[in-house]
Amino acid sequence: MSHLQSVIHPAGIQAALVSHLWWILFGICTFVWVAVAIAALIAMRRGHRAASVDLPESRIGRNVAFAGVATTITLIAIIFESVVIGRSLNTLKAPDALRITVTANQWWWDVQYENPVPSLRVTTANEIHIPVGRPVGFNLLSNDVIHSLWIPNLQGKIDLVPGRRNELWLQADRPGVYRGQCAEYCGLQHAKMALVVVADPPEQFEYWLTANRASAPAPVTPEQQRGKDVIEKGPCAMCHTITGTLAGGRTAPDLTHIASRSTLGAGSIPNTQGYLAGWISDPQSIKPGNRMPPPGLASDELQAVLAYLETLK
Amino acid sequence: MRSRSTLILSLLLTAAVMSSRCERETRRYKELPAASNRETAVRVGQLEPGMPQQKADVKSPYQENAWGIGEGKRLYSAYNCAPCHGVNGGGAIGPPLMDDAWIYGAQPDQIYATISQGRPDGMPSFGGHIPAQQIWQLVAYVQSMGGQVRSTTAAGRNDDQMGALPESRRGSQVPVQTGHR
Repeated sequence: MSHLQSVIHPAGIQAALVSHLWWILFGICTFVWVAVAIAALIAMRRGHRAASVDLPESRIGRNVAFAGVATTITLIAIIFESVVIGRSLNTLKAPDALRITVTANQWWWDVQYENPVPSLRVTTANEIHIPVGRPVGFNLLSNDVIHSLWIPNLQGKIDLVPGRRNELWLQADRPGVYRGQCAEYCGLQHAKMALVVVADPPEQFEYWLTANRASAPAPVTPEQQRGKDVIEKGPCAMCHTITGTLAGGRTAPDLTHIASRSTLGAGSIPNTQGYLAGWISDPQSIKPGNRMPPPGLASDELQAVLAYLETLK
Repeated sequence: MRSRSTLILSLLLTAAVMSSRCERETRRYKELPAASNRETAVRVGQLEPGMPQQKADVKSPYQENAWGIGEGKRLYSAYNCAPCHGVNGGGAIGPPLMDDAWIYGAQPDQIYATISQGRPDGMPSFGGHIPAQQIWQLVAYVQSMGGQVRSTTAAGRNDDQMGALPESRRGSQVPVQTGHR
């Protein structure tokens, strides 16, 4: 069984703390539940016999006081633990941290890797690569309504609020693929607003980052060239960006390296040629209500577009 | 007897009100873009040869649909209409859309043709770049800017700060065709 999206399989320090707290609460609750169940069972077995026995008033008072003190101590201990963990969740800030700006949209994630040099910034969507063992600071923004970013294996959740910048810090300690999900109801396709987080070893991450800084490769075959023409002159370029071409729309996911991503439609479907063809010809059947209208391409245009998009690794 | 007919009447009225609401809120995601070649026959000036002809009464399919008008409002900023025509349609280097003056006509099919074909001195052509469905949504929104749709259907507020009255509170105006100056 894979633990793509699981609080109790932490892959980083913060998630380990959260999971630690979760196990403490689980243990206490289990203990209390079992104790109450046993006491209730004993009371039921005694039944009528016990009803005739009169406990002295002082003993009842002692029992109640003991239960009250035990509950209060447990509660204070949990609150203390919770505050300590809550504080340590936010102490990861480091000067050499990787900074990523994530902007939530209905219903996809825009991802930008910050860099003081604009040409070294990387823009992608719905898939975040992070290096293992290095703190990552997310700037979280929203373009429309309140969303919430939740990657259970790595951190707790935090809201993305329009007109406000929130921060989330995390660090992955194990390489792997984790799933994030919007955790605040944000409209019709809230359920299909997921993202993939890939934790790579540092050198592999640098390789990925360098590869994603490049513009889209030039088309080689005539069919790929035709696909590029259809995208630039047709409806696609009105919303999508492919760096290095005339397509520069800013209201939809960046397609410069779409062939290197693993999902389409923010985690709705796998990124294979067949699914991509289905998505382009009728996005409203796969994810009803999403912002992409059917572009109405002829079948040969669709094939050319597919041939071109396949090269955008 | 009287109470029974009152009951039937009120039920009928409720049904009528509910069915009229339905169309207002319908979200037609899967609508295929209508093949539209009618802009070729659209007249944009007042001069016409021969006897005055009957005007074709074409409506935007979204004129009575609050969702479609809302989509048009979203597309108005997504497709960069606002930098030239103003965020609320007040006009800038492009003509204002919230007033009663219409250079190329205020009829839905005339607005469609203007968006689709483009017009001299700056208006780009969107036909072939965006689906006909979205052009019709934009037409309905542009009409709502000048109070040409019902106030119950037009947008009631912006998502950000309002610099002008919402579309639903702009009084309806009699459109005047001014022609190109």
